[in-house]
Amino acid sequence: MVPLLFFLSCIMATVEEGEEYPGGDTTNTFLGGNNAFILPAENILVENEMHFYSGNSFFNQPWVEHPASTESRDGLGPLYNARSCAACHFKDGRAKPPDVGEKFLGLVLQIGVEEGEDYLPLDGYGSQLQDFSVQGVPVEGVPTVQYEESTHVFNDGSPYTLIKPYYDIEQTNYGTIPEEVVISPRIAPAMIGLGLLEAIDTKDIEYYADPQDHDGDGISGQIRWVTLPESTQPTEAMIGRFGWKASKASVAHQVGAAYLHDMGITNPLFPLNNCDIEQSECLDAPQEETIEIRQELFDKVVLYSSLLAVPMRREWTDKEVLHGKRLFHNIGCDSCHIPNFTTSCNTALPEVACQNIWPYTDLLLHDMGEGLADQESHSHTLRREWRTPPLWGIGFIEIVNGHTRFLHDGRARSLEEAILWHGGEGNVSKQQYIDLDEQDRSRIVAFLESL
Amino acid sequence: MNTFKSFALLTSLIPAISCTNTKDSALSLMDDAGTTYADIVLASYTDSVSSANDLHDAINAFLTNPSESTLDNVRQVWKDSREPYLQTEVYRFYDGPIDHEAVTDNEVDGPEGLLNAWPLDESWIDYTVDNDSSGIVNDTSIEITAANLLDLNEDGGEENVATGYHAVEFLLWGQDFSESGPGARPYTDFVTDGTGTASNQDRRSEYLTVASELMIVHLSDLKTAWMDTEDSYRTDFLAESSEEQLRRILTGMIILSGFETGGERLQAALDSGDQEDEHSCFSDNTHRDMIQDIQGVANVYNGTYGSVSGVSIQDVVAELDSELAERLNTEIQDSLQAAQSLQTPFDNEIAIDNTEGRERVQTLITALRTQEKTMEEVFRAFELDVPVAE
Repeated sequence: MVPLLFFLSCIMATVEEGEEYPGGDTTNTFLGGNNAFILPAENILVENEMHFYSGNSFFNQPWVEHPASTESRDGLGPLYNARSCAACHFKDGRAKPPDVGEKFLGLVLQIGVEEGEDYLPLDGYGSQLQDFSVQGVPVEGVPTVQYEESTHVFNDGSPYTLIKPYYDIEQTNYGTIPEEVVISPRIAPAMIGLGLLEAIDTKDIEYYADPQDHDGDGISGQIRWVTLPESTQPTEAMIGRFGWKASKASVAHQVGAAYLHDMGITNPLFPLNNCDIEQSECLDAPQEETIEIRQELFDKVVLYSSLLAVPMRREWTDKEVLHGKRLFHNIGCDSCHIPNFTTSCNTALPEVACQNIWPYTDLLLHDMGEGLADQESHSHTLRREWRTPPLWGIGFIEIVNGHTRFLHDGRARSLEEAILWHGGEGNVSKQQYIDLDEQDRSRIVAFLESL
Repeated sequence: MNTFKSFALLTSLIPAISCTNTKDSALSLMDDAGTTYADIVLASYTDSVSSANDLHDAINAFLTNPSESTLDNVRQVWKDSREPYLQTEVYRFYDGPIDHEAVTDNEVDGPEGLLNAWPLDESWIDYTVDNDSSGIVNDTSIEITAANLLDLNEDGGEENVATGYHAVEFLLWGQDFSESGPGARPYTDFVTDGTGTASNQDRRSEYLTVASELMIVHLSDLKTAWMDTEDSYRTDFLAESSEEQLRRILTGMIILSGFETGGERLQAALDSGDQEDEHSCFSDNTHRDMIQDIQGVANVYNGTYGSVSGVSIQDVVAELDSELAERLNTEIQDSLQAAQSLQTPFDNEIAIDNTEGRERVQTLITALRTQEKTMEEVFRAFELDVPVAE
């Protein structure tokens, strides 16, 4: 076993075929810099190009209150978190969490009360706090954040600090929020490569799932089975692939939910407005009679969201990066951040079919420990569970979005802090990282930055 | 030169060696071609600064004496100021001075978003047909200063544009609901003696002045960055390897042709047939945007602009593959021709029932796509396939 491991780790230190093109033929091989996420899949079909750019336009441009002179972007709210997709996914990238006292943009708070192993929507509010509203409708409340700093030490004695967010909701307008409210924050992630993740074969995801940890490696990745909203096809349960807790089965499902919950736009998947039954002003606000983004335009935004290209890797042949890659594997990061898949050859979008991709995710839910668990939640089955996020393009976030804030609520202030927050099933790997010396730790970070 | 080229041609009969040799000799021309490029960039920013000064003067003249004719004049001067600036758009997309994203605290972002952000949310700036009290102009809690407008630009979203050409354009023309002409804001929106239209005419006037002053500041910064001084971006640029210089230049050409002009500005507009999706929608100046953007690509490729002329990117490509160089030249000229064939106003060209207009737009999209693909071929021929972060 030992020689085999040694042999394997030698192989890992070499450049693997195609790894510099994380999105296969869709990879953006031209544009680095702050626009690294804006391009369509390089192999986009001519007939899809026009729809991509229309989708781009709808993704970027703000919605306005009904009634308005614009015909196609009318129907914002009544309650919402942002007026356009791009307001949170700026430059198709990742949002930065608010500092203390700052307004929230790109970070939403899901709220609920525990009922057995489930969360129920909060009476008078619903399942997500909306802090913006149209004229005449009170906002639900104003979210605030405080950060608590803690100090820790690496095995080599050098110290590090972490900050943990605590959220509160002030100026509430729809009744007192109970003490025991569960708050689950969700930051807007980068938009690249989503169609490829949807194209990963179901059986490949099932292959890595091991909910009972039969192989005894301490990693018990589980599939989250989700069903699409009523009256939507298909009706059978599908693998949840998107969202921080894998609650959305497809790009369309994710886009539909974001339109409804984040912007208050009714759409083919979610045709009813997001007002709680007790929110009378919301229910009475002027509304479009039909759904607010019609099927044809909705489909273009879905196509756009599916075909944003992952940028080509940088420095993938660099010695330090390759060394970091070997360490990444040696300490077991690749148990969940599965490097490589070949996508299904039978996909609705031909661009994403049969591609050799490097997303570094298994799309499964893992117990990530108490440190990252939902605030105030005690019994919910998913309170400590998070979907392994893809790592492709993660080194570009600083360039594209001008910050290095990671994890589901953006608490990590660097890639290293994101590693150090890993608990639960990630604890063993995290401990091994802490045991490394500074040079090896920086090699792993260099590898991540090269992605 | 000619002798050199025939030598290259001869050696191409021995493929194994020639490939590297021709590439090397082509890249050696980048020493001069890089300088030509930098000279073109400097000359076009110099013209942009000077025309922005003209705009500022015209705005002063208009505000001193608001009338139909002084407004007409300032609108024309705004259109004139677009001509040199549009030709500079090809210097975007490689993290140069125009759109560099600050990574450390000592740096500042390039001014692209402050100069030319589009599309913009009209209600962020001023009243709209839906709301007669919206926008910074009508929010009297905000003092209209350069610092405040800079803070408010793209605050809370990419559409919340507060500064630059299109903000000034909206203030001069107003929203465009006309099928045959541009927006029709009355000059009386700027009349401050109590007989004016809309509210806050004084704040609107101040806004126009401050916004045009900011344009001069930002364009001057760009000009300075490209001047031949010890610590300028130009000096750093010319110190880069031939490959890196060529990579930056081609990246700008490729992304402007394909993504920006062909895609974001034309395909989305053609798909929706809606004038809301028109670039420069307030002034109906969109056709000039297309022509001058492509002219900018031609300037760089042919190594000429105004009085500047020198070894060009076309010469560099020709050294490697003369057929490829000539083909690309023809394709850029075809795109230019297709853009010149567009009829005005552009919102009419994309109207769903205007079959001929839509065909003309489609022809331009196809031409731009063709030139984009050929530029990618050049990119790959020089093996420049690594995006580098700045």
